[in-house]
Amino acid sequence: MRNIVSERARLIPPSGIRKYFDLCIGMQDVISLGVGEPDYATPWKICEAGIYSIEQGITSYTSNRGYAPLCEALSADLAHRYGLRYSPDAEIIITSGVSEAADIAIRAVVDPGDEVLVIDPGYVSYAPCVTLAGGVPVPLPCRADDRFKITAEGLAERVTERTKAVILNFPNNPTGGVMGRDDYREIADIIVDNDLVLISDEVYSELTYGGTHCSPGTMDDLRERTIVLNGFSKAYAMTGWRIGYLCAPKEICDAALKIHQYVMLCAPVMGQLAALAALREGEEDKDAMVREYRLRRNLFVEGLNRIGLTCHLPEGAFYAFPSVESTGLSDGEFAERLLVEQKVAVVPGSVFGEGGTGHLRCAYAVGREDLSVAIERMGAFIEGLDRR
Amino acid sequence: MDEKDHLILHLLEENSRIPLEDLATMVEIDLDEAKARIKTLEESKIIRKYGAVVDWERAGDGDVTSIIALKVSPERDAGYDKIAERIARFAEVKTLRLVSGRYDFILLVKGRTMQEIARFVSEHIAPMDGIRETTTQFVLKTYKENGTPYDEREASERLPYSF
Repeated sequence: MRNIVSERARLIPPSGIRKYFDLCIGMQDVISLGVGEPDYATPWKICEAGIYSIEQGITSYTSNRGYAPLCEALSADLAHRYGLRYSPDAEIIITSGVSEAADIAIRAVVDPGDEVLVIDPGYVSYAPCVTLAGGVPVPLPCRADDRFKITAEGLAERVTERTKAVILNFPNNPTGGVMGRDDYREIADIIVDNDLVLISDEVYSELTYGGTHCSPGTMDDLRERTIVLNGFSKAYAMTGWRIGYLCAPKEICDAALKIHQYVMLCAPVMGQLAALAALREGEEDKDAMVREYRLRRNLFVEGLNRIGLTCHLPEGAFYAFPSVESTGLSDGEFAERLLVEQKVAVVPGSVFGEGGTGHLRCAYAVGREDLSVAIERMGAFIEGLDRR
Repeated sequence: MDEKDHLILHLLEENSRIPLEDLATMVEIDLDEAKARIKTLEESKIIRKYGAVVDWERAGDGDVTSIIALKVSPERDAGYDKIAERIARFAEVKTLRLVSGRYDFILLVKGRTMQEIARFVSEHIAPMDGIRETTTQFVLKTYKENGTPYDEREASERLPYSF
């Protein structure tokens, strides 16, 4: 029998965290730092808007592009918050989460054989999405020594004649690294000179500590070739609502919209109405959550360094990315044994690409008490290693 | 008062027993600075008292709480302050606020029984000079106190891993 499964599907690697997940199942008293989502419930004002939409019988499709008042509010909000200028009826698409936005952005610009530089370590979906689009993902490393930023040298080294696009994600999952305006300035000429498209996933934009988020779409020479992806999941604790969005110049947006309408038709209307409420009334709740993440970050990173796991202070997102090099264990072995011996779940850094090797991704989107207990247990685990 | 002082106040209000080392780390200051700032906040009476939010119903406490609204005639020169001072001196009065609207003061009063509260109002508050009207509501159940909800809703379950 010939291969039933497509070659593209076969090319996609299975999830790198599957075996840790399997180990976790059935274990009691596990503190999980493996979950990449807020531990908060969606703020009640936002939930109310979603519930109310159902009560009112607003349960139908919206236009493919998205619920018009949401697109308009989003356009104004992006201008106010980041200085991004996108037309609500030509340059914005509301998607089913940023995951879908990333997929349609990639498929809108990548042809078979195109190389796409993918930030490494980076979110696990980018490379498979490139593969599914027929493209060739090429890792674009960011290193701890550079505070996990993309450098001009690193980018220039990997651009070839076949390179079509670059996928970046700042603030970054899993490292917590951020890029400022000067950092983008440094790589902008390479992107322009090589006629590349920049796909910028900024879903953690609101979780930027001690600085202002910079969106490369605000830079004149990059705007025409930048696709901004963002969503409501992280900032407003709305992961399950699946509302993201894509902003891009009209030509790219039109292409992405065609794909969106054939595969998704539109994002769920209840979620879109909840997202509109988030923009209108969610600011205070969001600020309170972001403030708490920052407190947790300080507490947790101090704890990691205290027990001997070197960790830079992440400037965004809610992940700490300590090195396990000092323990002599690989990140995979460390994560597995930590789970079995001390019941703390973390994600090995290598799951996020070769650049993550030797690190752990620890999500500090859990309560402060749990974070303290996690640090105690991790400390006990490392002490146990020293004694052996 | 700056942003860090505000943060310290939020953290102490949320949990006045927070370890000082943790507080300093979270606020991004050293231990000595944290101590100095708290001392200043205490001395300037911005921090009035350290306390706990207690679910008295759960503690099996038989006390009755009531919300009493008062309409009063403000005094020349002293306005509402003088009468407020007199009312506040009663130990039964746990909270006293001047408010806008139909009534002037809202009091939170605790007593052992409804009769005790009724007697307190009729014998001490209502006859006071300047009190024009009182209304008493007894608290039947507390759902949220000082920002702390009392219901024990379980947090929704999360998978141990995600991307």
